[in-house]
Amino acid sequence: MSHVSNDLLADDIEAYLALHENKSMLRFITCGSVDDGKSTLIGRLLYDSKLVFEDHLAALESDSKKFGTQAGDLDFALLVDGLAAEREQGITIDVAYRFFSTEHRKFIVADTPGHEQYTRNMVTGASTADLAVILIDARKGVLTQTRRHSYIVSLLGIRHVVVAVNKLDLVDYSKEVFDTIEAEYRGFAADIGLSDVVCIPISALRGDNITGASPQTPWYAGPTLIGHLETIEIADDLHVGPLRLPVQWVNRPNLDFRGFSGQIVRGSVRPGDRVRIVPSGLESTVERIVTDDGDLEEAIAGQSITLTLSDEVDVSRGDVIAAAGDPPRVADQFECHLVWMSEAPMLPGRPYLLKLGTRTVGATVGHPKYKVNVNTLEHTATRTLELNEIGVCNLTLDRQVPFDPYVENRDMGGFILIDRFTNQTVGAGLLHFALRRADNVHWQAVEVDKDARARLNSQRPAVVWFTGLSGAGKSTIANLVERTLHQLGFHTYLLDGDNVRHGLNKDLGFTDADRVENIRRVAEVARILVDAGVIVLASFISPFRAERELARRLIGEGQFFEVHVDVPLEVAEARDRKGLYAKARRGELVHFTGIDSPYEPPASPEIRLDASGTVPAVESAGLVVEYLRQCGVLAPPQEPEAATDPS
Amino acid sequence: MTRLTHLQRLEAESIQIFREAVAESERPVMLYSVGKDSSVMLHVAMKAFYPSKPPFPLLHVDTTWKFRAMYEFRDKLVEELGVELLVHQNPDCVERGINPFDHGSATHTDLWKTEGLKQALNLHAFDLAFGGARRDEEKSRAKERVFSIRTAQHRWDPKQQRPELWRLYNARKHPGESVRVFPLSNWTELDVWQYINLEKIPIVPLYYAAPRPVVERDGTLIMVDDDRMRLDPGEEPKIRSVRFRTLGCYPLTGAVESTATTLTAIIQEMLLTTTSERQGRVIDHDSSGSMEKKKQEGYF
Repeated sequence: MSHVSNDLLADDIEAYLALHENKSMLRFITCGSVDDGKSTLIGRLLYDSKLVFEDHLAALESDSKKFGTQAGDLDFALLVDGLAAEREQGITIDVAYRFFSTEHRKFIVADTPGHEQYTRNMVTGASTADLAVILIDARKGVLTQTRRHSYIVSLLGIRHVVVAVNKLDLVDYSKEVFDTIEAEYRGFAADIGLSDVVCIPISALRGDNITGASPQTPWYAGPTLIGHLETIEIADDLHVGPLRLPVQWVNRPNLDFRGFSGQIVRGSVRPGDRVRIVPSGLESTVERIVTDDGDLEEAIAGQSITLTLSDEVDVSRGDVIAAAGDPPRVADQFECHLVWMSEAPMLPGRPYLLKLGTRTVGATVGHPKYKVNVNTLEHTATRTLELNEIGVCNLTLDRQVPFDPYVENRDMGGFILIDRFTNQTVGAGLLHFALRRADNVHWQAVEVDKDARARLNSQRPAVVWFTGLSGAGKSTIANLVERTLHQLGFHTYLLDGDNVRHGLNKDLGFTDADRVENIRRVAEVARILVDAGVIVLASFISPFRAERELARRLIGEGQFFEVHVDVPLEVAEARDRKGLYAKARRGELVHFTGIDSPYEPPASPEIRLDASGTVPAVESAGLVVEYLRQCGVLAPPQEPEAATDPS
Repeated sequence: MTRLTHLQRLEAESIQIFREAVAESERPVMLYSVGKDSSVMLHVAMKAFYPSKPPFPLLHVDTTWKFRAMYEFRDKLVEELGVELLVHQNPDCVERGINPFDHGSATHTDLWKTEGLKQALNLHAFDLAFGGARRDEEKSRAKERVFSIRTAQHRWDPKQQRPELWRLYNARKHPGESVRVFPLSNWTELDVWQYINLEKIPIVPLYYAAPRPVVERDGTLIMVDDDRMRLDPGEEPKIRSVRFRTLGCYPLTGAVESTATTLTAIIQEMLLTTTSERQGRVIDHDSSGSMEKKKQEGYF
């Protein structure tokens, strides 16, 4: 709906449609706060592109009189401001998408609040933007928030920036004011690597230099805002690089057709092109580019297509079909920028899920190297990342994945982290490069293996993991179980929370992050002991499901037995053998599980013991031993198969 | 080819969303309302999985009060495309004879559509449902996600909505929870019409102007589509050249006077008129702030 071509619309609809069907699209983000006139600007863009309908306009006129801040004039901000109800509902992530078009382009605007606590919103909005419009209030100049917005824009790889110096009417359309702001901004932008910067003096309220050159700024010879947005060439070099097609779906309508569907995120492809499947490394040749509109001679970045290959190679969702001559690298350890988006802080060592392209894998984040103060760009040391914080961390995945650095390609290097239990998207990250570290730490092949040691011990190694609140009686029961097993002739070892913290883990405290690391180390030690053929009894509060799951995966199903020593908090607190609950209640002890730190009970433990006091500890221990017997842990190990196959 | 047009980009994005949703769900379904947005959504779905058929059925949550032309169109299209269609009519409503005249538009819509939809989703244990909603339809929809998580009770919990970065959608959910996916989120009204024109997508004839029997009530033209329409004393249907900008239950859907009998004429008329799309839906006027409320209750 163009403001220019309305005559054409009325006179020659066919010509009008032909014009509009061939428009390009530009996605941009607006950065600034309401005070900068951001809502007014967006309202103005919608209004000037005739996208405000008569009934909306009537509502706007009456609202402007009622609530407007413009003395009865149209208050464009009212067109876009969020509903009060939404704010009350506590919507946590807020990016509003708005649409308008001119005769040259369709625009999608990501509109995000500009406050500091909304870093995650800006990152979300910026992730799909080709360009950023940064608003500056002419009366205030370059502010802290301007720097913050510019940093995020640069971090997310947006190369084109428009600085809209707004409210110029309030500084008498002063060239000096504009020039000063422009000079200061350009100096700063160069420092953070923003090169394509265009500054435009505007008044969103008065409409100066929005669609038409303003008579109030005869000293300004540059483009109007719309003029610039309509014509800027978004250097679309995406389809110039090597082919990347993350496979979304294997298309098998019948036995004769096997296609691989996905959206090309980089490069182009033609039938006959040699491709490599990553990570498997298999190669083949593109046979057809299949679409419902007929086979294509060529497809480029941005198109959703289906490829068939000339060989029967194994390809599944998550693989990347890539140019054979220039495939992406494959790695499982990276350095990355990480933006934390969850109320619960990032916990180093906790297993998360990572989605990159069409592949989802397990991931743990190391201790942050530093976090970035988005206002000053200073780096500071930290043990974790809180909501809206941005840091640089190492990342370890449980599988090798194909990737390109984020700066080369957003879709091959941008990922999200998902909490395994809440299923929430808790972080977003940008891959920098693969770490070589893993390449140099090879597994030492050993000839005496776990099974051999277990046979010598005449037992089946296992981990019995006792979890529960402090004072539940975990250690008491674990002790009794160990005594019984020992008497029966089994080799055991008891890992106890308190004891481990005197030695191996004496550098750790009780913050969530330290608790995660505590359990990670214990799980690794338990694994070594199991490897050595020992039955391990582990007695730890281990309050978080995620880490117990980590231990379970590390040890392996069938060898890991989770025992929930279940006691109501009131009962444990009433016992308070070590006086810890009383201390925690007095505030002398922080991060105490059950008081000011959560306990996440297991959803389906192998054994649940009632520790409320009605069942004696000896009886509970007996139940555990009996369970282990039934599971075959206490049976002698199987003899190895006759060694007929030396390979 | 060196660059994609805005419609090509929108189509490619919608296809990517379709494939992602199918790959990450167990039992997907497409909510099919017979309207033009549904037509576009179905058209894109056919493309997304070609040469396979879309690997999910269509679900029409029927109220028995749709225009006759909609039922004819629906059945013919489904046969032509060879896709599976499920029709759900809330059995309680059938039994109690819920209708817009005796029970009012709000109750009628709530019981037939909102409750009916929940029943159908539970009945078939669908864990993901595609809907044709767009962000440009209403101010409160501008912030809706492409993948929108619903509780086991089908409610929309604002705190459970996830940030969506790049093309990465998180469709993970707990047992019982489901996801609504809106592949046309970034399309506008004009994009939809342009795409229909460009791709020659069939739409229900009611969108084109024709002489139809209508009565005028509170300034809204209501078509007398069958003899269940209750006329006030002395009220006489008049034949006028009208068309519909949105389609729903005929007693609740306002017509506009028009002579636009071709697609281009419709688009021209739409661009020249300045009344926004949802005004034709009586349901929106009924109780105030209603879209937001309906969304929370599980309506689209």
